[in-house]
Amino acid sequence: MLKTSNIFQLQGRKGILNRSTIDILVEGLTILAVVVIIFIIVSILGIMISGGWSRLSLKFLSEYPKDGMTKGGIFPAIIGTALMTIIMAFAAVPFGVITAIYLAEYASERSIIAKTIRFAVKTLAVVPSIIFGLFGLGFFIGFVGKNMDVILNGGELKWGQPSLIWASLTMALLTLPVVIVSVEEAIRTIPRDMREASLALGATKWQTIRKVVLPGSVSGILTGTILAVSRGAGEVAPILFTGAVYFMSDLPHALNDQFMSLGYHIYIMSTQSANVDETLPIQFATTLVLLLLTFSLNAIAVVIRYRIRKRAN
Amino acid sequence: MNDIKVHVKDLDLHYGVNPALKKVNIMIPEKMVTAFIGPSGCGKSTFLRTLNRMNDLIENVKIDGEVRIDDIDIYGKEIDVVNLRKKVGMIFQKSNPFAKSIYENIAFGPKINGITHKDTLDEIVEKSLRQAAIWDEVKGRLYNSALSLSGGQQQRICIARTLAVNPEIILMDEPASALDPISTAKIEELIHELKQDYTIIIVTHNMQQAARTSDYTAFFYLGELVEFNKTETIFSNPSKRQTEDYISGRFG
Repeated sequence: MLKTSNIFQLQGRKGILNRSTIDILVEGLTILAVVVIIFIIVSILGIMISGGWSRLSLKFLSEYPKDGMTKGGIFPAIIGTALMTIIMAFAAVPFGVITAIYLAEYASERSIIAKTIRFAVKTLAVVPSIIFGLFGLGFFIGFVGKNMDVILNGGELKWGQPSLIWASLTMALLTLPVVIVSVEEAIRTIPRDMREASLALGATKWQTIRKVVLPGSVSGILTGTILAVSRGAGEVAPILFTGAVYFMSDLPHALNDQFMSLGYHIYIMSTQSANVDETLPIQFATTLVLLLLTFSLNAIAVVIRYRIRKRAN
Repeated sequence: MNDIKVHVKDLDLHYGVNPALKKVNIMIPEKMVTAFIGPSGCGKSTFLRTLNRMNDLIENVKIDGEVRIDDIDIYGKEIDVVNLRKKVGMIFQKSNPFAKSIYENIAFGPKINGITHKDTLDEIVEKSLRQAAIWDEVKGRLYNSALSLSGGQQQRICIARTLAVNPEIILMDEPASALDPISTAKIEELIHELKQDYTIIIVTHNMQQAARTSDYTAFFYLGELVEFNKTETIFSNPSKRQTEDYISGRFG
């Protein structure tokens, strides 16, 4: 009896010693990881602010680039990005909401169609963005646009080339999973009670969705839209071949016009510029604008999402 | 006894392979209050939900037998379940007003039935709220959220919402189990008022409530309808041993 208890104590003490060493090590590692991450974020922001802040002004935001893009502002890139994300949202949000309604309301969890859609959405979410760009070039421009030209314009080139509409639609494909996931999540937080109340009053399923489920999911639809917009605003690869250009002396006027975009502008300025050093402040300032835009959109989405979660509990 | 409103013949219900109701036969009289009592899991709520086909919403439910309302089999092929639910309203255990104004809650049913005329809607809203004995409490704040009301008020809003659709039968699934005694008394008083115009079927855990509010009582046990009779008979002179054991508190 005494012997076993001794062994216990010994093992216990040894265990305590070991654990405390490991604990200190793990704690140290986690703190180190946090410090590294904070350091990275602070340096990115620091470099960008110090490099671009002085360049940032109302004039910078409202002027066209000048003198071979070494001077002037980024006005057309801001407008281009805005137009592209708006058109993208008009395509991705309705489509995503409808898919989310199907997944949350109509599909049985075990149905093969629902499983296939879920698999497709998950896969779509992890496809590298450059693949979307190539798909957009091949499908929208090479197939849809070309055939539209053949059928509508007798072969004259109008739609079968990179343009605002194809870039926006390509971006919509990229952001579709974001919309589907956040809308479905919001729809699922509507309590079963509410659906039953509506159905028990003699509402059809569609009436229930339209009058009870969707009004309750507005914040989720909004979050999905904002997240999609902020993701789409920052991406470059999908629009590389499908519509973005490095310079335009005018804003796009039609869906088949090309456009400038903030992300692409940064890419061009840092790789293709005649004098990279001279344009450095412009690059920093443009990046700062893009970052502020996506950060603030994300922040709004986080706040809305937090409110939904609170309601769900 | 009044005319028969609901006539159930040999009703079986399975969740997957598990039987939840076994050969239930019952005739529920019109414009009276019928209470379903029994221990938890005895099938009384499940049975209630077969009467407006709320069980349709659950996957894997299999129903055999007949449920006839006004002598029409509600599980028949030609039955539109949406119309059935307009005729057979339901009040739930947990009050579940929509996150809309009081007015919009009551007007919900009439609106989905295509009533858009403002004056008509106003009239229905007022009439339903009066019937549910809550008009005086809410008339000054019809456009406030229904969720701002107390639990008991919310439940009466739900009753008013159901009345606005003009049903013939009202199913109540433990409508007062989450309420305080005063709110409960109000609901019971309301049930007493409503039975002049509606056939009411109420599921309750509370035997005093069944005794106070109902004209007929059905005792369920393990998915079977053990006994069905006038409430006073059930509580004073039950014919089955299980019923007596349950109402005298020996089990359940």
